[in-house]
Amino acid sequence: MINSKSGGYIKGLGRGSNAILSIFMLLFSGFMIIPVILILAISLSSEDSIAKNGYRFVPAQWSTDAYSYIIKSADNITRAFGLTFVLTLIGTILSLFLISTMAYVLSNRDYSRRKVLIWFIMIPMFFSGGLAASYAVNTQFFGMKNSVLALILPEACSSWYIIVMRTYFMKNISEEVLEAARLDGASAFRLYFRFVLPMSKPILLTVGIFEAFSYWNSWYANLIYTDSAHSRLYTLQYILYNMEKNASYLTSNENVSGAIMNTVPTESLRMALASMIILPVIVVYPFFRKHFLRGLNAGVGK
Amino acid sequence: MAFKRYRLVPGKSFFYSLFHGSDWVGLSNFRFLMINPQMMRVVRNTLLYNLVFLILGIIVPVTLAIILSYIHSGFVRSVTQICMLLPHFMSWVIVSYFVYAFLSADRGIINNVLEKLGRPSSNFYLKPEIWPFVLVIVHIWKTSGYSMLIYYANICGIDSDLYDCAAIDGASVGQVIRYVILPQLRNMVVVLLLLNLGHILSTDFGLFYQVTRNAGSLLATTETIDVFVYKALIEQTNYGFSAAASLIQNGIGCILLILASRIVAFIDPEGGII
Repeated sequence: MINSKSGGYIKGLGRGSNAILSIFMLLFSGFMIIPVILILAISLSSEDSIAKNGYRFVPAQWSTDAYSYIIKSADNITRAFGLTFVLTLIGTILSLFLISTMAYVLSNRDYSRRKVLIWFIMIPMFFSGGLAASYAVNTQFFGMKNSVLALILPEACSSWYIIVMRTYFMKNISEEVLEAARLDGASAFRLYFRFVLPMSKPILLTVGIFEAFSYWNSWYANLIYTDSAHSRLYTLQYILYNMEKNASYLTSNENVSGAIMNTVPTESLRMALASMIILPVIVVYPFFRKHFLRGLNAGVGK
Repeated sequence: MAFKRYRLVPGKSFFYSLFHGSDWVGLSNFRFLMINPQMMRVVRNTLLYNLVFLILGIIVPVTLAIILSYIHSGFVRSVTQICMLLPHFMSWVIVSYFVYAFLSADRGIINNVLEKLGRPSSNFYLKPEIWPFVLVIVHIWKTSGYSMLIYYANICGIDSDLYDCAAIDGASVGQVIRYVILPQLRNMVVVLLLLNLGHILSTDFGLFYQVTRNAGSLLATTETIDVFVYKALIEQTNYGFSAAASLIQNGIGCILLILASRIVAFIDPEGGII
């Protein structure tokens, strides 16, 4: 591992070229986050200055109207916030449980039907029934149209992460420990909770955070499985999606009285909602970056 | 479903509707698909985009990962990783807002700059010719961080003795990259390449539907098979049509994947995945 011995980098680059490449990488990083900064700036601009100057990186006139409007009077946004949060929590726990149990079974070298099961996991990665088939099965067979289950279940399991986690288990969990525990008469579930889960924190964190963000960002399930009569089930992202189609989506909300309606800062409001979705992600994920590297390193390599 | 004219029989279950309620129409769904004039355009768009994504999706992240692993400062490395992975966690809805903030006709940044320079502003959402570039940039922006991290994790996993030996032998940076790093990454590249090849006819629905704001004037250069499948199902409720398109999409992808995997296994017995 280059991390352990040599200070974390490969030697061989001169000072000059190191400086140039560092600057290049920093510029590239800037390019990656510019849009986020722009959205934040727009959300903090006053409506007048947007109308006059268009979008700008530095607002001509600062204002927090959009945020105070969301907090004070947009009931459906607060509800969507709650719903999205709960969905993210339940979805992440459920998918971690499903993925790790499957990966654990598949990592067991003594299990005779392992090969067949791995094929079952692999096939959906390469060949899917397509949208029409899954739509028909989910709505007409499982009856999930306009159900909150449709927002959780279809995304709960991922073949890719099952394989990644299985690789991690096979590489990092010592067969001897499990064998010894088995001889002591520990059941499979006991092994799983007492030994496998505590030994695989990096990969659980990695997969967990990716799943959590994918639930937090989910809008496709709403687009497919929820119709406008069930707007209670809209997640934050889907409300944002609707605001894009129709700027007055929020103002057409019957809870908003006419007096407020005239002063709604629509332009900055959209960007404020977008910022409120982005901010938790930005705040949370840098803490997990180190674990990503370890988790990916151990899980992805052959 | 692709061979049927599917309709839901009221009050009956899904399987009853599929097997008893719906007429068997053989290949006619596929035939309608073939003579559909949109189909050529949609397939062409899908293939061209995927080809570009496939090539850039390897070159850009691998280059970045190698540069990153050579940089001395730990601070620069952390900042780069954090910033570059950020787009991966943005949903396509958010990304479409980003793009809109730049390209919007009356308020967008690019038009603002054009006006400052005294050039006429233009409505980019009515100009299909610029969208291939926009979408490729957006795709690279969103995906390269994640792939870079995978490659970087892989480079970090290389035994440092290899570098030490190379240094003792007096290898230049270019030689180290050529003979130590790239061979190490080759397996990973091949696996990801094969997986992407299996999805050669599939595209990210969010990118092509959401980022373009489903603008009708852009369809000529932006509509791909997934958008087509979605529209056939949700806007026209044509199950058979949509299912047939998906079947072709997945079938070709799967065949390509198996073929390519066989070829790789033939050239290099350790490289394939099947």
